[in-house]
Amino acid sequence: MAHLRFLLRRAVQGLAVIWIVTTITFALIHLAPGGPSILADPKLSPVERRAAEERLGLDRPLAVQYLVWQRNLLRGDLGRSYLYQTPAGRTALARVPNTALLAGLALLLSLAVAVPAGIYAGRRPGSAADRLLGLGSFAALSVPTFWFGIVLIILFAALWHLLPAGGTSTPGLEGSPADRVRHLLLPVLVLAVPVAAEFARYVRSGVATAAHAPHVAAARARGLDERLILRRHVLRNALLPLVTIVGLQAPLLAGGAAITETVFSWPGMGRLGVEAALGRDYPVVMAITLGVAAAVVAINLVLDVVYYLVDPRVRIG
Amino acid sequence: MPRSASALLLVLLVLFAWAGPLLRRTDPDALDLRHTVAPRSAAHPLGTDESGRDVLARLMAGGRVSLTVGIVATFVALLLGTLVGAVAGWRGGWVESLLMRGTDAAMAVPPLFVALAVLSIYGSRLWLVVGVIGATSWTGVGRLVRAEVLALREAEFVLAARALGRGGAGIVLRHLLPQLVPTLTVAASVGVAWAILTESALSFLGLGVQPPRASWGNMLTGAQASLYTAPRLAVWPGVMILLTTLACNGLGEALRRRHTR
Repeated sequence: MAHLRFLLRRAVQGLAVIWIVTTITFALIHLAPGGPSILADPKLSPVERRAAEERLGLDRPLAVQYLVWQRNLLRGDLGRSYLYQTPAGRTALARVPNTALLAGLALLLSLAVAVPAGIYAGRRPGSAADRLLGLGSFAALSVPTFWFGIVLIILFAALWHLLPAGGTSTPGLEGSPADRVRHLLLPVLVLAVPVAAEFARYVRSGVATAAHAPHVAAARARGLDERLILRRHVLRNALLPLVTIVGLQAPLLAGGAAITETVFSWPGMGRLGVEAALGRDYPVVMAITLGVAAAVVAINLVLDVVYYLVDPRVRIG
Repeated sequence: MPRSASALLLVLLVLFAWAGPLLRRTDPDALDLRHTVAPRSAAHPLGTDESGRDVLARLMAGGRVSLTVGIVATFVALLLGTLVGAVAGWRGGWVESLLMRGTDAAMAVPPLFVALAVLSIYGSRLWLVVGVIGATSWTGVGRLVRAEVLALREAEFVLAARALGRGGAGIVLRHLLPQLVPTLTVAASVGVAWAILTESALSFLGLGVQPPRASWGNMLTGAQASLYTAPRLAVWPGVMILLTTLACNGLGEALRRRHTR
């Protein structure tokens, strides 16, 4: 019962975060000098401007506008895109699968690399392998993501003609899985590198710390097999914080996706967000800000459940 | 990276950006449309960009902008983070809950998207770019400062200051903040690296520092058009950013190690 209440409280907190984000976004749009860009069109006459204000409800008091906006939000109505003349929410949603594919693969790749590498280095602190991993993750966290992408394009596309420079598929080869993989390789790699570096650092220090814990020494004294000690006594403790770290990386992964998608002309939500921001397409900018905040909150909620499943202390306490 | 090497690299980068133009007086904004994307020559040691501007001069000018933005934005973040963290840690109770839940909320929102939204609505003015980067990167500092203030609050020297009749604000400013200096210097050097990465990403996307004013980030935007013909244009600004972040992160790491030992 206690844990259900815990999860419920986290869900309510998540909703509160989303509500705060929407309120701030609303304030941001409506306090902007000159109002929404639709009214800033110099071709509009004063009469047309007033008509547009009335149509958009901008002549009403701010409090009323805010309530109307919240009501529309609850109905899933995020307004119409200025650039595409489509419902902003649906336009943003249509790009989600592309971004989810990219970010999901990057997350899997970084975990697949970082966890074994971190365990290996953490069991041998101070060794050559450990120092190499330290140096590698240090460099990976210092490299500007978009520049790394550009360098990969120069090498693999411009110089060696091995991989495509961007897009999701080659015209004429749309259905081919091999072609799809070739287009995914570089952007997934770019997105995964800094995340993997962050994960590897945590796994490494977690394993190195847990290896010296009294309960591990006790297990060793009981003569348990080294592999069993690693699996049961070291990793269980060392990998737990990773759940939190994955949650903390989610917002940064979303930002990284925006940059990576722009560099590789990948038609995802991040690139849509950048284009909408450049084109001052406020409804789309807001839809994406909201969507990303909601996604991050949802991911953290799922991780809370995972925590509940893997950490008995959460269940009891 | 060792501390001395990181510090030396930082000094060299600052000299390059600020003292470089004194030795080499080439206008970074001078267009030469007859010599665009020119290879290196005596007049242009690193060649010219897509508008015929001298790449070396622009690297120096861009360095001044990128480094200034990075440093000032970090200062903003430290100020905000210290304020929130110190008040939350010192006051405790509902003030702390409110501030720390606010910090959690701020951490849940992707900084880059906030920056995109704000800059698209209010326009990419330089001070706003600085402010947005600072305002989206204070949360880590806030948590660190709160944890330290919480630990120091019950220390005996704080009790002594209280017994002498000093008020809360006075104790925090005179007695607790000096204790936080090691933590804050580590946060500052790592923060500058983060701020410069964010600035360059925003400028690259077209919403940060606006052309014709050079920044390392927006030089890469221009270079993207000639990746196949003149990849070197994309290499130089990236190398400058990388050297700066390596130096800042290296310094931060070295300071942290010295601090924890």
